[in-house]
Amino acid sequence: MITLNVNGVSHQVDADPVTPLLYVLRDHLQLNGAKFGCGLGQCGSCTVMADGQAILSCVVPISVMQGRRIKTLEGLGTIDNPGPMQRAFIEEQAAQCGFCIPGMMMRAQALLERNRSPSNEEILSHMSNNLCHCGTHMRIVRAVKRAAELMKTGNPASGPGRGTR
Amino acid sequence: MNDGISRRSFLASGGALLLSFSLRPALAAAQGTPTPKATPPLPGSLKDAPALDSWIRINADGSITVFTGKAELGQGIKTALIQVAAEELVVEPRRINLVTADTSRTPNEGYTAGSQSMQDSGTAILNAAAQVRAILVGLASSRFNVPPDRLSVHSGTVRADDGRAISYGELVAGQQLRMTAHPQSVLRDHNARTVMGQSMQRVDIPAKVTGNAIYVQDVRLAGMVHARVVRPPSYGARLRTLDAGPAEKMPGVLKIVRDGSYVAVVAEREYQAVAAMRVLARGASWDELSTLPAQADLYAHIQRLPAQDSVIFGSSAGPSFGSSAITSTYKRPYQMHGAIGPSCAVGLHKDGIVTVWTHSQGVYPLREAIAEMLRVPADRVRCIHVEGSGCYGHNGADDAGADAALIAVAFPGRPVRVQWMREEEHAWEPYGSAMVSSAQAQLDGSGNIVDWQYEVWSNTHLARPAPAGNLAPAWHLEKPFTPPSPKPIPQPTGGGDRNAIPLYKFQRARVVHHFVPAMPLRVSALRALGAYMNVFSIETFMDELAKAARADPVEFRLRHLEDQRAKEAIALAADRFGWSRYKRQKGRGRGFAFARYKNLAAYTAIACEVEVDRENGQVRVVRAVAANDSGEAVNPDGLRNQIEGGIIQSISWTLYEAVTFDRTRITSVDWASYPILRFPNLPDSVDVYLINRPGQPFLGTGEAAQGPTAAALANAVADATGARIRELPLTRSRVKAAIGL
Repeated sequence: MITLNVNGVSHQVDADPVTPLLYVLRDHLQLNGAKFGCGLGQCGSCTVMADGQAILSCVVPISVMQGRRIKTLEGLGTIDNPGPMQRAFIEEQAAQCGFCIPGMMMRAQALLERNRSPSNEEILSHMSNNLCHCGTHMRIVRAVKRAAELMKTGNPASGPGRGTR
Repeated sequence: MNDGISRRSFLASGGALLLSFSLRPALAAAQGTPTPKATPPLPGSLKDAPALDSWIRINADGSITVFTGKAELGQGIKTALIQVAAEELVVEPRRINLVTADTSRTPNEGYTAGSQSMQDSGTAILNAAAQVRAILVGLASSRFNVPPDRLSVHSGTVRADDGRAISYGELVAGQQLRMTAHPQSVLRDHNARTVMGQSMQRVDIPAKVTGNAIYVQDVRLAGMVHARVVRPPSYGARLRTLDAGPAEKMPGVLKIVRDGSYVAVVAEREYQAVAAMRVLARGASWDELSTLPAQADLYAHIQRLPAQDSVIFGSSAGPSFGSSAITSTYKRPYQMHGAIGPSCAVGLHKDGIVTVWTHSQGVYPLREAIAEMLRVPADRVRCIHVEGSGCYGHNGADDAGADAALIAVAFPGRPVRVQWMREEEHAWEPYGSAMVSSAQAQLDGSGNIVDWQYEVWSNTHLARPAPAGNLAPAWHLEKPFTPPSPKPIPQPTGGGDRNAIPLYKFQRARVVHHFVPAMPLRVSALRALGAYMNVFSIETFMDELAKAARADPVEFRLRHLEDQRAKEAIALAADRFGWSRYKRQKGRGRGFAFARYKNLAAYTAIACEVEVDRENGQVRVVRAVAANDSGEAVNPDGLRNQIEGGIIQSISWTLYEAVTFDRTRITSVDWASYPILRFPNLPDSVDVYLINRPGQPFLGTGEAAQGPTAAALANAVADATGARIRELPLTRSRVKAAIGL
């Protein structure tokens, strides 16, 4: 048994210690946020946070995750009570198929938790490990900037986003 | 208004809906009236699914269900269709429950492809909703005994001018109506629309950004098990030996499936299946064939293969060219869909029915193909669309559906989830065909094009299932299925020759399509099909001709165009870009391009500015400005999202993307060996300006930006460097070679 702390909850997991974290999150804990994209650490779809850092859950075995605070997309808020990062992506309509977006959000969350006012270049450089093939990049960058504003202003009422309804 | 309504039956329960409808001829026959001789065609997909209750059902509780045979691919079609239905039914969009592609529930609208969903399904739902509203008003008219012109509709309630009101649900409660569907609908005044034409937030995005189960990858059914396939190492590989022993003994392994050269493993847990698949792969030996052409010889190889030649425009004699004619040849490699999420499907074989949850673009054709592969009647197979990762055409989705069906039949009773690995998606998906084109033109003394010839060589762009022979897993079975001979997609839409006919007007022009049936690599539909390459070729050639004519590229295009909407789109893009005010900076250049997608869908003009690093050959688009006319815009922000995405994706194709292979195997098997655009190389801005034309037909736009972006980008690189690159992609090494470094 391996103990994993995910979104503040402790889970006893019965899985081979070499199992990548991604499979345990999705298959054992039934969390959908982290996505399987490549299994090679190349695309960032599986990005989650561990102790505040963005990590690639598809290549990190659970054996090294004991005692670390893991945060997934589900830890940022819910559909009824979305957190600032999630609200920012909704307000900017920053998704097409949306498959890469959870990984984008988690990588951006890691950035904003240590730097509330990243420059445009810092955002682009920080996000460079994550791939999108729908071409949503421009909106993703805008959403990250909007999330930074929402976090700074203490999560106030949203300004008008794209798509007014 | 009462004409055509007859109460056929009364539902004693008073519970459920119903409005259901039948065709005019059927009703007319039933009523003993003569069938009209020449009925105009029904609009959109109503042609193929004419029963209105196939599209819209009003329930006694006031809820509304709308059905579409199209699928959400991340293009936002669900939201746009809800807007269309809400507008004509005059209800709030949130009251509409939309059901998408499912062979047991929705109309058969073929594939969700070709930028046709708004023309097909949008038009059908627009008209169906208008007719349902008219029927409801008619019911209220009878109920209140007032003429329809004294009734108004608001928020799903019909009101009389004397204050009486009744909801849709009350109007339909307890009765079943049979109605005629009319070819003509009385649509709402397009100037008074309140939902269509307004940007509406996509209905699918909140679930996607909060981790709710929305993708087929997220489907979790009771008792579900996990499967992986041991894919052959190359197209023609045959399994020589398989040692399944070590894998069988692994924890969680439930079954090894083998049928000819088809091998898969089923396990309780997902990672157990992955681990067992790897062990199984090590225990397999294969006979492989070196059937692929040398990559360096690819374009000559394609032109050497036997071709079916057809003159698709102009006379076979064609124009004549003197020594001053200008000629250019263009090349485009195989490019992949490259879904970020590899294909996935869930299959269940239970009670003699095979159910497949799939992100296929065509659930009905896939059902047919799977039934053929399993050698069962089609009614024993049900395919339900669930969203996947963006596909941009025919990728591995259908093949994964076939995997799920095959493995579910071999392991009945429990749902089986099959997830492709990254290497499978890269190596086995059908690519967009490599292509070669040749353009030749003659200018007159005033710098106008008088003679034009364009030829294009391409494999097919359509190898979708059905039949089963277009499902890759079926190739490897003990009793294999083989792909059928590909056929060209006829004009006016075309396949490899899509957009090969220029929209420009020339005195003499000839366009030839060399359809190459043999396929060295597996190919099928990739976003825009041949239009990406043909628009790239034609629009870069137009720039070469403008340069020869010493003309401004925008003015040069306008002088050869007659289509007013085309001219308006070009003028808008040029204006918003600041074309006439452009100030050149060192290392930068600007480019322009235009196309009307398929010559019958959306108009898109794009201007862009690039910077070229002369040291390393790296190109970056600094800014792009697009003008788009898609007819009536239903969800303007949704349209902009599609065009922005198309521009960025096409920048990625045009700068980076090419499938590599050796004589035996595909060697682009991951993101390191098939690079795509990354954040640091983004443009500073991408601006999309819409020309909205309320009341005009929907013009498909999902694929419209691909070709113009490529050409505008290549034209800007030529402007920046003085060197013209005619082979895609515009890699750093090609740019360096072109500028002589």
